[in-house]
Amino acid sequence: MDTKKIKLPHGIPGHNLGQIEREVPADEPPAWPVNDELKHVGKRVKRTDAEAKVTGAAKFTSDIQLPGMLYGRMLRSDYPHAKIRSIDMSAAEKHPGVYAVHIFKNVVGMAQPADDDAAGEYPDIKFAGQPIAGVAALTTEIAEEALDLIKVDYEYLPFVVDLEEAQKPEAPLVFTTNVEQDDAGGGGGGDTGLKTVGNVRGPSTSSFYGGPRGDLEKGFEEADTILEQTYRTQVQTHCSLETHGVVVDWKPDNVTIYASTQNTKNVRDEFAEVFDLPKSQVRVIQEYMGGGFGAKHSLGNFGVMAGYLAKKSGRPIKLMLDRREEHISSGNRPNSIHYLKIGARKDGKLTAIQQRSYGTAGVGLGAGVGRIAQIMYESPNFSTEQYDVFTHAGPGAAWRAPGNVQGCYGLEQAMDELAEKLNLDPIALRDVTDTSEIRKVERHRGAETFKWSRRKLPASDPGLIKKGLGMAQSHWPRIVHIDSTAEVRAFRDGAVEIRSAVQDIGTGTKTVLSQVVAEELGLKPEDITVRIGDTLFPDGPPSGGSIVTGSITPPARNAAYKLKLQLFDQVASKLETDASKLAVDDGQIMSTEDPSKKIAFKEALKEMRTGQISATASRSDDYGGFMVGNAIAYGGLGSVQFAEVSVDTETGFVKVEKIVAVHSCGRPINITQIENQINGGVIQGLGYALYEDRVMDNETGHQMNSNFDQYKMPLSLEIPDIEILIVEDYSGRSSTDAYGIGEPANIATAAAVANAVYNAIGTRIFEIPITPEKVLRALNKV
Amino acid sequence: MNKFSWYNAKSVEEALQEVNATVSEALSPKSPEAPAVFKSGGVDLLDLMKEGLVKPHKIININQIEGLDKITYDKKDGLRMGANATLAQIEAHPQIKETYLALHQAVAHAGTPQLRTMASLGGNLAQRTRCWYFRSIHHECLRKGSGTCFARDGENEYHAIMKNGACASVHASSVATALLAFDARVEIQNSKGKKNEVNLADFFVAPGDDSSRENILEADELITAVMVPPTSSKMRSYYMKQGARESYDWALADVAVVAEMSGTTCKKASVALGAAAPVPLLSKPAAQALEGKILDEATASSTAEAAMKGATPLAKNGYKVPLFKSIIKRTILAIA
Repeated sequence: MDTKKIKLPHGIPGHNLGQIEREVPADEPPAWPVNDELKHVGKRVKRTDAEAKVTGAAKFTSDIQLPGMLYGRMLRSDYPHAKIRSIDMSAAEKHPGVYAVHIFKNVVGMAQPADDDAAGEYPDIKFAGQPIAGVAALTTEIAEEALDLIKVDYEYLPFVVDLEEAQKPEAPLVFTTNVEQDDAGGGGGGDTGLKTVGNVRGPSTSSFYGGPRGDLEKGFEEADTILEQTYRTQVQTHCSLETHGVVVDWKPDNVTIYASTQNTKNVRDEFAEVFDLPKSQVRVIQEYMGGGFGAKHSLGNFGVMAGYLAKKSGRPIKLMLDRREEHISSGNRPNSIHYLKIGARKDGKLTAIQQRSYGTAGVGLGAGVGRIAQIMYESPNFSTEQYDVFTHAGPGAAWRAPGNVQGCYGLEQAMDELAEKLNLDPIALRDVTDTSEIRKVERHRGAETFKWSRRKLPASDPGLIKKGLGMAQSHWPRIVHIDSTAEVRAFRDGAVEIRSAVQDIGTGTKTVLSQVVAEELGLKPEDITVRIGDTLFPDGPPSGGSIVTGSITPPARNAAYKLKLQLFDQVASKLETDASKLAVDDGQIMSTEDPSKKIAFKEALKEMRTGQISATASRSDDYGGFMVGNAIAYGGLGSVQFAEVSVDTETGFVKVEKIVAVHSCGRPINITQIENQINGGVIQGLGYALYEDRVMDNETGHQMNSNFDQYKMPLSLEIPDIEILIVEDYSGRSSTDAYGIGEPANIATAAAVANAVYNAIGTRIFEIPITPEKVLRALNKV
Repeated sequence: MNKFSWYNAKSVEEALQEVNATVSEALSPKSPEAPAVFKSGGVDLLDLMKEGLVKPHKIININQIEGLDKITYDKKDGLRMGANATLAQIEAHPQIKETYLALHQAVAHAGTPQLRTMASLGGNLAQRTRCWYFRSIHHECLRKGSGTCFARDGENEYHAIMKNGACASVHASSVATALLAFDARVEIQNSKGKKNEVNLADFFVAPGDDSSRENILEADELITAVMVPPTSSKMRSYYMKQGARESYDWALADVAVVAEMSGTTCKKASVALGAAAPVPLLSKPAAQALEGKILDEATASSTAEAAMKGATPLAKNGYKVPLFKSIIKRTILAIA
């Protein structure tokens, strides 16, 4: 491969900005300077679809209406553990307005209980809410009437839904053999090949950061201080405004699926596999998305059901879940009991970290505490043992920074405790043991904005309502999805389009792509039509793991660059210059040597020999070569969050007054959208810290709060002043050097709040959500 | 949700001819085959229907009955609020804010602005408990005709801390808390055209007396108005509520205090507690602890203690006792 050497910005402006020389493929575009010197990238560009969303013109999956469309609904088990002796569908089938019924022989798709002992005709029931059968009818109401007519003969079996109860030897078993489950396309899943004993599977001891290191015993011997503590987190459910759902339109030679998904490509592949179709005959469209936080990577069992109902009825099927189904069956953030033992020397250097965790993803896998403890701090000796505990409850799924949010809650409180034990300021302790340059800058810029120096000793605020300040930090890997392709087209009528199957999960991917292409072509973002979320276009990355921006913006830029060169070739002779001497700026193509030689970009398009030109580019390895296997996950996105709370020591209520969130995502592309993401991440973090909790009834195995009334999320009055600092962090790894921000925004919030609560009341609360009950208990008032 | 027919009633009389069940009857085993129930704002009914707990065949919309939302105030006669008056109307009423502050505060903290625009006063008083076992189609609880209260030994963090021996649910209305402290009366009309007045305290039914209902309303009865006695210039009131969140939430604890003052001394008081028991409660011990006392920190504390003396918290709601004590104290100090 031909290569060339280019110099790229490297480092943090205002701190250590310099340049780095990299050898890159010869057809890569020249390096962009820092954002200050760019026109559209790094600016506050308005969302391309803001107007469509505000006016209601935007059509979400739940808005799709097709001629002859039927509505699908699913019958779900109302018992957490049972064998099905028989199912009688006859009355449902005969119900007027019903066009198709289907019984799951196997439950496949996301939310699948691994079907180890399903030897019979029907799947074993392993959680209350597990889908059993489906009905397609003229209206949702008729479909629901038909569901009531289905007769299921159950053999009820004992069950367990509590994390600790499930670990006891006498607990009813969820699975009777070793369990392996497919990773549901970017979410959930767990290590393969681990043993299951009783309901406990594991331990998982390694990650892409490696396995255990050093010698724990020696590490603890070298420590001046050892901290040993157990932290607990709850199950948090996904609360996207738009529920999971699909519309399946099965035509003889082509199936079109409208899906509320964060992964069009994966939905296509799963559908093709389940129904044994060529992938090319399955088209998945996601034009607009009403939220997804990790649980929408897959076709889902509802998507499989919609497929069967469409096939059987010969009509398009819309199957959207309702809010209860969303809570009980479509994924959640597993809970955790997280044990940490940390050894430190007097100066704050860590000597050893030992970690052990148990969590339940219900019938699913993936209840770990992430890898923050392994990577964020320097500790020569480290081990982790992470166990999945099966319970008869709905499956976990990826949830914004899976594992890391649980892990950070424990680790960052432990660091806070350790700082106090060592008589160090929490920031000073991290300065000693955290080698990340970006987090160091973030800590100190954040501390200044937040006025960290006003932090007082724990519980020193007089009065009943005590203020407290706390901070926590996080790490998220820079993950890149190699199978990411973008095509840029230009048309004789002046239109410029970018096309990719990548979907906009709602964060503003469309706008980001328009900025990148506009920057490269010397046009305005509004000149670029963005056509994405459709598998007719080249495959893009999944919207998960903060992967999208880092994966798709370099191909977008590179395709635009290639297209620009094609256009230069076409206009060079007309401008009586060499194509290599041409440049774009402000809607013009001009000679760099003689600015009078120029033509408007749109004029140049009009004069093209063909009706359109096109260029395609795919993500390749990072500049500098960081690819491992089929992915790039190297280095981290740092973030530091500060929280100010007031705690009412009589009522036990915690109010978050202020959050300062300091974040980096490489080269920021759209400042407003990044701020939107951070606001959302912080607010979800507050929900996790203070309010949200899936309440399971141990006696009946049902979730008691499967609605927005009783499942508490932060609403308008709960949202504090959130101040955001974005730190540019150039690493010269791709033609855009940009990364995502979705996951990092959510990781540190709960720990920062918990540390602030400790600072306020002087008593640490080891379990979230920090409800009045827990505060009053901690203060010995209950 | 099931299919149903819709009937717009033009008058109370007409509505009472069409109805055949209270919502409580419609969700019980005693339900008529084709239940026809009232709907005013529809806030509670819609929730119960969405959960599949009530499947009315006919909904009698009383929301358009002329004059039933009228609010009148007279210094001598007091306040009269039509049953269809929305919480938003009550909240915006200047004389209610001036004269019955605790009522204004209770209304202003109920639900959300959107809900208050729909929610009617009558519906608010007649709404069913938010106990999550009661609201779950999967739990045949005591209130739905079985012998079991799941909450007593189950997930009871939001449940009753007093009078919770049979059923641990709490009444959902926080407007009732304030109205109770003001000694409000409820006007009820029956299908024979007869109007009855009852004290609000007698309107509510404890589960020990009849677990299938939360109030005395019969199928052929409709709340037509709520009356609040006039106040004197010596009366002061205050209301406080603490929910799990500040925005849009039910009370974990709420309290209304109405006190007749003589200088700094409280001559006569009434203290109402919401979310403490299956019915809104007037706390006699609390009122006694206030009467004849100067309203200061010590009185406020001893009143809070007195109010909570008989508390019988369950495994997960013990925190509600200090929570109640705190807001009772603060409410009294706000009056002082």
